[in-house]
Amino acid sequence: MVRSVIIGILAVALIGTGVWGYREHQEKNAILINAENNYQRAFHELTYNIDLLHDELGASLAMNSKDRLSPSLAEVWRITSAAQNDLGQLPLALMPFSKTEEYLYKIGNFSYRNAIRDLDNDPLTEEEYDALKQLYEQSGEIQAELRKVQSMVLQDHLRWMDVEMTLASEDEPLNNAIVNGFQIIDEKVGGFAEVSFGAENAELATNDEQIAENLKGKSINEQEALQKAKAFLDLKNTDGATVTESGEGLAYQAYSLSIPDEKHGTDIVMDITKKGGHPVWMLNEREIDVQKISLNEAFENAKAFLERNNFENMQLVDSKQYDNIGVFHFAGLLDNVRVYSDSVVVEVALDQGDVIGYEGFAYLANHEEREQVKPKLSRKKAEEYLNPNLEVMEHHLAMINNQLEEEVLCHEFYGVINDDTFRIFINAENGAEERVEKLANAEPVYRNEE
Amino acid sequence: MENSMTKANKYLCVIISMFIYVTLLSMPHTTVAFSDQVIQRGATGDDVIELQARLQYIGFYRGEIDGVFGWGTYWAVRNYQSEFGMEVTGLAGEKTKAVLEKSTQYDKEWVHRMIREGRKFTYYGGTPLEIQQGPKGSRDTSQGQAAKQGKSPEAGGEQAQKQPQGGETQRQPEQPPEQQQQPEQQQPEQPPEQQQQPQQSPEQQQPEQAPPPAEQQASPEQPEPEPEEEIPVPEEEEPEATDDTGVQGALNVPEGFTENDIRIMAQAVYGEARGEPYVGQVAIAAVILNRLQSPTFPNTVSGVIFEPRAFTAVADGQIWMEPNETARKAVLDAINGQDPSGNALYYFNPDTATSGWIWTRPQIKRIGKHIFCK
Repeated sequence: MVRSVIIGILAVALIGTGVWGYREHQEKNAILINAENNYQRAFHELTYNIDLLHDELGASLAMNSKDRLSPSLAEVWRITSAAQNDLGQLPLALMPFSKTEEYLYKIGNFSYRNAIRDLDNDPLTEEEYDALKQLYEQSGEIQAELRKVQSMVLQDHLRWMDVEMTLASEDEPLNNAIVNGFQIIDEKVGGFAEVSFGAENAELATNDEQIAENLKGKSINEQEALQKAKAFLDLKNTDGATVTESGEGLAYQAYSLSIPDEKHGTDIVMDITKKGGHPVWMLNEREIDVQKISLNEAFENAKAFLERNNFENMQLVDSKQYDNIGVFHFAGLLDNVRVYSDSVVVEVALDQGDVIGYEGFAYLANHEEREQVKPKLSRKKAEEYLNPNLEVMEHHLAMINNQLEEEVLCHEFYGVINDDTFRIFINAENGAEERVEKLANAEPVYRNEE
Repeated sequence: MENSMTKANKYLCVIISMFIYVTLLSMPHTTVAFSDQVIQRGATGDDVIELQARLQYIGFYRGEIDGVFGWGTYWAVRNYQSEFGMEVTGLAGEKTKAVLEKSTQYDKEWVHRMIREGRKFTYYGGTPLEIQQGPKGSRDTSQGQAAKQGKSPEAGGEQAQKQPQGGETQRQPEQPPEQQQQPEQQQPEQPPEQQQQPQQSPEQQQPEQAPPPAEQQASPEQPEPEPEEEIPVPEEEEPEATDDTGVQGALNVPEGFTENDIRIMAQAVYGEARGEPYVGQVAIAAVILNRLQSPTFPNTVSGVIFEPRAFTAVADGQIWMEPNETARKAVLDAINGQDPSGNALYYFNPDTATSGWIWTRPQIKRIGKHIFCK
């Protein structure tokens, strides 16, 4: 009797566990299929977009009329952006596929520049036309390879989830049909002859490469770096500081310093370049109390900090308070012309008014002795190029990098349309609107019912 | 007996000095005043709220009174300065504030209550306040015109009706008689409207109900109180601090980013590096931004963060934890240009990294547990 009851209970428990396990399994499968479907969708859209890209590039080659070429190039630009977006949704982050992504970016960049330019007055050069031809051929190769992978995926029911598993596992070498297919594409792209995009295409120099190029002065050693830091931060001593050197990944060599801040019991960390001993950035890690001084006082401290460190002719261009920190953007000033590429940022704590952050990447990358320049257009003339609805409130002369990454002298106008403030740069040479920005308004605090 | 006599004397002294203090308080230009800071563009806080309210009162500022000294406020200050023959600096300095205080009214309690309750409101002089306020929470829900607001009859219009136009002006004459009766009823129950103007008559209230602005307590023109009077002072400051400061209608955000972008980045940073030193957290935020700039990564904050297999915190769901203030600050630092990583695009934890490929990247430096690389 007892025995059969126990058997009955166990049997019920067994069936219950089985049902529960089956349900769990079903749910897990449903979620996996869902994830897989998202990957599949991104992948098939990617191949579709590459198809489109190839066709559109071909169409633009065949075009004779200039009026059609600009929209066609704009379409190329749009498709590359969509393709890049699809790539971003595939689990390829830890796989070397970057050459293809960079290639897409270059096509996009090239087509955008030429789409916005006035092809009537400034038609495509022979060189650029050749570049377009080359791009068409190369995109054809990518398209063919991708189609191969696509048909494999469809016929052999390959799953992207497996790609993910393969990439996540430590097994080397990666062995998966999709992964292999993508690697072949990337190698192919890497082997493409360097397309000459014309003189206008700025190379993709990163910030640190620019800094490396622009650094001046002689090399310093660790002790000198500490001395520089001491002077820069106005410290009494640098006891207990540690110095490490940057690795090969950084284009310029630098010392990373960590200096104890005795007053607050925290560390001040900063980088100083080996060549010339220029501070690159600095941060104090300390906690900041409630605000005690005003943003304006903090600004005076920031200014004094820059003056003490021999930054000459810096002008405040923007100040913002984030709770208990004041952030100040300074631009270089050259005979009343704001040089925006020579900018530094100083952060000041609003509790004690000390400088807790500095960064001068742009300054190090761009600062050089410049010649003084005179605007060709007067302010009055430049104003004629403005939208008549704009009520001009403020005017400066400014040097900025335009979309083609050239330094141009501009009239900088701050103005108001309705209640929005805009900043407009008018080229002081030819009156072109180099840049138009709507300046951000403060953002409301969205309250959730608590 | 003698003792009680002196006590009574002192008591009287206290009451008289309180009375003087109260009358001083109720004079228009000393009602609520700026602290002595020079207010600069980009600033936030109570002084900015007051500045915006006063500028709106005389029609120079049409934007929202939100406590952030943005461009709209900046132009208003400049226009005001030029109209009133001052040097046009865009800074609200001593002189600008003094002239503003003379030419306008400011009902701090009302304005702060509007912001606290999330109402849409305006503060134009010469218009009754109750038709300038929207219903509670109207600021978030309706993006409607400021002019249309307040037509709705509900929402505390009743309270506001007791506030005649321009805040204090009309009420001042009736104030002193009430206060003269004070000696007999030192701690009376409050007439209802008093609770809305605590700054006018702080002494009539129990300490915890009375939030007079702290800066006035310290203002020099006040008769130096007897020692006894100092006792309530610190107590009275407390409710002010908890009740009326920290009213915030808006935040500064860096150009090109929204508060929600910052939030999602803070979540990623917190999920990835909450145990790391602060620089390490800034570096990770900087990596996200470097990827944003890089042609080989997606072009939006969410695209970079949610790229499959890009961040472990996204893969294992740690990104959905509540980020702390440090992570947010790290993100702000990175957005403002800090980059301790040295232009890194990748980072990994050498103890747990599973991909061999990541070791082949040129390394830049190690911060905390992470190695940053190109």
